[in-house]
Amino acid sequence: MNKIINLKEAVDLIHSGDTVMVGGFTYFGCPLHLLYELADREVDNLTIISEDLGYGGLPYLQGAGVLINNGQVKEAQVSFIGYYPEITEAVKDERLKLTLIPQGTLAERIRAGGSGLGGFYTPVGVGTVVEEGKEIKIINNKKYLLEYPLRADVALIKCKTADHLGNAAFKYTAENFNPLMAMAADLVILETEELVENGAIEPDSVDLPGVFVDKIVLCKDVVI
Amino acid sequence: MSDINRQIIACNIADMLEDGMFVNLGVGIPTLISNYISYGKTVLLHGENGCIGQDKVLDNDKLLYDRKEITEWLASHGGKDSDWRRGHRDLNNAGDSFITMIPGASCFDSAMSFAMARGGRLDATVLGGLQIDKYGNLANWMVPGKMINGMGGAMDLVCGAKKVIVAMEHCSKSGAPKIVEECSLPLTAVACVDVVVTELCVMEHKDNKYLVKSISPNTSPDEILSKTEATVVFDTEVKTMRIPPA
Repeated sequence: MNKIINLKEAVDLIHSGDTVMVGGFTYFGCPLHLLYELADREVDNLTIISEDLGYGGLPYLQGAGVLINNGQVKEAQVSFIGYYPEITEAVKDERLKLTLIPQGTLAERIRAGGSGLGGFYTPVGVGTVVEEGKEIKIINNKKYLLEYPLRADVALIKCKTADHLGNAAFKYTAENFNPLMAMAADLVILETEELVENGAIEPDSVDLPGVFVDKIVLCKDVVI
Repeated sequence: MSDINRQIIACNIADMLEDGMFVNLGVGIPTLISNYISYGKTVLLHGENGCIGQDKVLDNDKLLYDRKEITEWLASHGGKDSDWRRGHRDLNNAGDSFITMIPGASCFDSAMSFAMARGGRLDATVLGGLQIDKYGNLANWMVPGKMINGMGGAMDLVCGAKKVIVAMEHCSKSGAPKIVEECSLPLTAVACVDVVVTELCVMEHKDNKYLVKSISPNTSPDEILSKTEATVVFDTEVKTMRIPPA
């Protein structure tokens, strides 16, 4: 079993029309090598699911927003775009369909999608625009909204250390959405800063078991 | 918003936080609070992005706007000489500043981060506001036609926290009251506000009113009344807010 491929081979696996989950909280834990390679390709009509879209107004640290600026994205499902005035413009011009999702609900919908669950009831968003069109259920005298699972064709995720089986260890707050997204996509591509021999990560220090990872790309250098 | 107003709000909220409390700090003014928590008091600070135990915010936000400097900083803060004590390129808070952590800190994924928020573990959550109203409704994530920020984690955080503290300037930039009869902006959550701290006063929300607990030495009850649309009442003994040294 060989999961290790290079950056170009990895991005060859992403196709127009795919739904793509992108890990990270702004550029922390964000697979920027994979994103920037994808931004150089003739791949479009993508649906992006991500916490945010990176920074706007800078020619770097753009995160998944770089794909939107390129016109490669038809739809984005995210929780926060506060750093990105260009995205607001794309929404106004109807170049982009934007769905905003409360961050904890987004995490849990992805977790549900990866866990074989049909959805869950949450009190988050009751009495706000988030509840529009959703089933409301009273449980123990409290209102809850039905939220459905999210899945994707591809997840692009990033870790600090991985072994050859795809067992991954994340560093500090660069974990965020990465392990959740790895559970919820048909094809999972892991960008790692370090590649170590199997056994070099203590079994109880593995944050994401390698069974969730299909392809591994080693990207040692820092890009922004 | 003027920096001194932000600092007044931050230091008065820091004084409310008690030893041993587990508190989420949102983006904006709340990120300034950690600098005012007095020594000898341990407040466990939650970052929605996946950490408990933030210590100092590293003052290097300006790096971000110089491509060469941020690249160099990131390249030199990922190795063995970098860690949670000194700062690391993989360690930020929800406001996206680099941080250090206290001994006993922990990091985790986003699902766990919000499970502890919704699950009622947070003693308090502190967040900014665009408007609050007499019902305790909060609006803080979008201005239709002008600004789409996204709600981020705000809706989740106010949902389970034992106490919701809103940190905001008393009036908008144009001078309009932000503490109103009924919010006109899209809501973050209904009936969630417990306390609001502005540069003028500290108020508790109760029974469709705001009860003034303390006021700034730089203002008067009349000014507070004139700048607040919702009903305001004054506590029998109104305290004086702390003004941080400039």
